[in-house]
Amino acid sequence: MLLQKEMIGAHFDRLERAPETGEKVVYTFVPGNLTELIRSFGALPLLPEINALQSGMRQKSRGYIAEAEKLGHSEDVCTYVKCDIGMAKTGNIGPTGTRLPKPDLLLLSYTGCYTFMKWFELLREEYDCPTVFLHVPYQGDGEITPEQREYMVRQLRDTVIPALEQVTGRRYDEDRFKEALRRSGRMEDDLVRVLQSAKRRPSPIDSYFGGVYYIGPIFSSFRGTPEGEEYYRTLREEVDERAALGWGPETPSGRLDRQKYRLVVEGPPNWTSFNDFWKMFSDEGACVVASTYTKVGGTYDLGFRHDAGDPLGTSADYCGGCYTNRNLPGRIDMLVDYVREYAADGFLINSVKSCNSFSAGQLLILREVEKRTGIPGGFIESDLVDPRYFSAANIKNRLESYLQMIDARKAGAAGEVHAK
Amino acid sequence: MTRTEIVAQCRALYEDLDFASVRAWVAAEPGRKAIGYLPVYAPREIIHACGCLPVGVHGGGDQLEIIRGDAYYQSYICHLPRSVVELGLSGRLDSLSGMLFPSTCDVIRNLSGVWQVLKSDLYVRYLDLPQGGDRAAMGAFWTEELRILHRDLARLAGVEVDAERLRASIALYNAVRTLVRALYAARRDRPERVPSEELYLLCRAGEVLPPEEFLVVGRAYLAAVEQDDVQARDNSRVVIVGAFCEQPPLGLIKTLERAGCYIVDDDFVLGNRILTRDVPTTGDPWVELAGALVNDAMKSSIFYEDDPTGKRRLVKERAEAARADGVIFAAPSFCDPALLDRPMLRAGADAAGVPSISFKYAENTGQFQQFREQAGTFSDAIKLWGGR
Ligand code: SF4
Ligand code: SF4
Repeated sequence: MLLQKEMIGAHFDRLERAPETGEKVVYTFVPGNLTELIRSFGALPLLPEINALQSGMRQKSRGYIAEAEKLGHSEDVCTYVKCDIGMAKTGNIGPTGTRLPKPDLLLLSYTGCYTFMKWFELLREEYDCPTVFLHVPYQGDGEITPEQREYMVRQLRDTVIPALEQVTGRRYDEDRFKEALRRSGRMEDDLVRVLQSAKRRPSPIDSYFGGVYYIGPIFSSFRGTPEGEEYYRTLREEVDERAALGWGPETPSGRLDRQKYRLVVEGPPNWTSFNDFWKMFSDEGACVVASTYTKVGGTYDLGFRHDAGDPLGTSADYCGGCYTNRNLPGRIDMLVDYVREYAADGFLINSVKSCNSFSAGQLLILREVEKRTGIPGGFIESDLVDPRYFSAANIKNRLESYLQMIDARKAGAAGEVHAK
Repeated sequence: MTRTEIVAQCRALYEDLDFASVRAWVAAEPGRKAIGYLPVYAPREIIHACGCLPVGVHGGGDQLEIIRGDAYYQSYICHLPRSVVELGLSGRLDSLSGMLFPSTCDVIRNLSGVWQVLKSDLYVRYLDLPQGGDRAAMGAFWTEELRILHRDLARLAGVEVDAERLRASIALYNAVRTLVRALYAARRDRPERVPSEELYLLCRAGEVLPPEEFLVVGRAYLAAVEQDDVQARDNSRVVIVGAFCEQPPLGLIKTLERAGCYIVDDDFVLGNRILTRDVPTTGDPWVELAGALVNDAMKSSIFYEDDPTGKRRLVKERAEAARADGVIFAAPSFCDPALLDRPMLRAGADAAGVPSISFKYAENTGQFQQFREQAGTFSDAIKLWGGR
C-alpha cells in the first residue's frame, strides 16, 4: 500500500511539473487504456476516472458535481463526468493536491462505455486540444471477430500512433513498446495469482474493497513500467505469505480471519463512503472473494496476457476484452463461474446510478445468476461519487437482511425470497 | 385517400401496440418474416433486400401499462427499455423474427443482451455503428458489419444474398428518404399546412409499413397539404433538439404547437433521414451504404463529433437551415447522449444568439401543463424581443 502511495505521489508530481519539463500528457480512460504505447512515446497518462474516484474518496466530489450542475449539466447523467468537469472548472487541482496539467492529447479509447465519447467531447471544449479516437467494437455476439480486431489494429497503426508521434515529436519505437508489454505480461501473472488466492479459505484478500487497491497501478498509469512490475511482485509475495499464515485481509474492522460469508460482487463501489461501505461488510464477517469491477481494466483472470510478439494485435485484444465491453450473457457467465469457482455463499450487485454501462440490465443479471447458481442474490443501490445517492441506513439494512437470508439458507431453511 | 383518412390510418398504426399490421403482413404469405430495430439508425435496406419487413420499435408511448418492464430496470434508467421489455414479454412483438439493437447508447447496447437472454430463440444483433474520425477504417468496418448482417438475415429468411436486390432496396429507400425530406421541407416552409402531429404520425407509420406502401401514403399526404391554403398564425418557429431515441408522447408535440410554437425541424424518428443523401445504386451496394453513413450522416448526439468546432456550430446551423427563431432542447430523462450533449449545444446556441429553453420528458409523461407554460412563455418572448 505504501509503495502504491509513493508511486502515485511521484506520478502526480511529475504530472504537475509537466508544463516545465515538457513531458507530454495524454488523457485516456481505464477500460482500453494503452499505457504501454503512451509511455513508449515518453508521454504520461492521466486518467480522469481515477481523479473522479479519488475526489470522491477525498470528499471533494460533492462540490465538483454541484459546480458542473450549476453550469448546466443534468442531475441525471454520469457523475464521474460531472466531477471531472467541476474539478477542471475550479482550478484542476488533482486528488493529491497538485495542479493537473492540461492534456496535450485526448486519447479517446471508446471501450465499453458510450459516455466516454461525450466526456472527451466535453473536455475538448474545455482544453481545445487534439483528440484521437479508437473505436473498440463491443462484443455483441460474445466475441471479437478477426475483422473487428483488424479494424482496431488499423486504427492504432493509422490514427493513434501518428497522433502520438505528432504530439510528442517522437517516432514510434516498437522495441520500447514491446519491452513494456513483456513487463505487463509479468504484472498480469502476479495480479491473477493475487486475485485467485481468494479461492482459499480463509481468503487472504478482499477482492472488491481490497481489490481496488490491487488493481490501482495496473489499471491506471503503471502497466508495463518497472515500478509497476516491482509493485506486483511485492504484492504477490505479501499475499502468498498471508495465505501461508492463514490470515485474512486487513479491513476497516481489522484482520478478517473469520470469514462468515464469501461473496461475489458485481458493479463498481461507492467512493464517497468507501470505508463505511466496506465496514458494513467486514463487521458482518463478509469477505468478497471475486468481483467484476476489478476486471474493468482487463480480464486477466480469464487468461488474457499482453503479448509482446504482436504489439498492436495484443493491444486490440486487450481493449476488446475489458469487462464492460462484454455482452450481458458474457457478464452473467462470468458471475456464475465466479460463484462456483470461488465457492461463494452469495452474490451481490451494487448498482450505481451513474453508470448505464454497468447498471442497465443488472436486474436481469440478478435473476439469471440466481437461476443458474441456485443462490439468491442481493441488490443494493448507490452511486460512484455523488454522496446524495449513498443512503447508509438503507444499504446497511439491505445488506443485513441479505446476509440473514444466506444464514437461513445455510441453515437449510432457505426461502424463495429475493433480497431486492 | 383523403388527408383525413391518411392521418387516421397513421394514428391507428401509431396507437396499435400489438403491431397488428405487421402480423397481417407476415401472415399474408407463408415464410414472410419481420425484423424489428430499436432507435436510432438501422440499415433497413438490408432487411428489405432479404424480403423481410423492417419494423421500428420505438417504445410504448403513454398508452402502455408497464407491468413487467419495471422489474428489469432501475428507476434511474430512462423509460424506453422498460417499455420495450414490456412489449416483448407481453407477446406484442411476437410477429418479429429478429431484433436489431443499434449502438445508440449503453442502455440499448445492454438491452441487446437482455433480449439475447429473454428471447434466446430469436435472431438478435447489436449493430455497432462506426465511430471516430478515420473514415477509411470506419467504412471498411461498417461494410463488413453490413455484410454479416445481410448474410445472417438472408439465412433467416431462406434467401440468397443478392447484390441486385440490395440495390433495388437501396433505390426504394432513397425514394423514402426523398419523400421524408420533402415532407420536412413542406413543414419548414409552410408549418401552418403541416402540423407536426401529422408529420410525426406519418413518420411513425413509415416505421411499420412496407416502404412501398409508405411511399403511396406519404406522397398522397404531401399532395394534399400542397392544396391546403390554411392561414399562418403568428407563431414562433422552433427546432426540437435531443428527442432522437425515446419519443415524446404525442400530446407533448401537440402541446408545443398549441402553445404558439411551429416546430420547423426536429429529431423525432431520426433514423428515417439520418443518411442525408441518396445512396448510389451502382457499384458495391454494401460499400455504398456504409459510405453514406460514414461520410454523410446527419450530425447527432449518437455519433462522435470529430470536428472540434462541430458542436458549437450545430444548433446555429440547424436553426438557420430551418429559419427558426429558437431551439427547444427536449430530452428524455436519464438520457446520457442527449443530456451530456446539451451544455455543448446550448453554449453554441447562446454564443450565436439563438434563444433556447430546455426540458426533460418521458415517453409516458401525462401532464403537459408545465410544457405549455414554458413553451408559451418562450414563444411570447421570442415574438416580443425578437429571435433571429
Ligand atoms: S457511464 Fe460508467 S463506465 Fe462510463 S464513464 Fe460513467 S461511470 Fe465510467
Ligand atoms: S432514451 Fe437515451 S438513454 Fe434511453 S435508450 Fe435512448 S439514447 Fe439511451
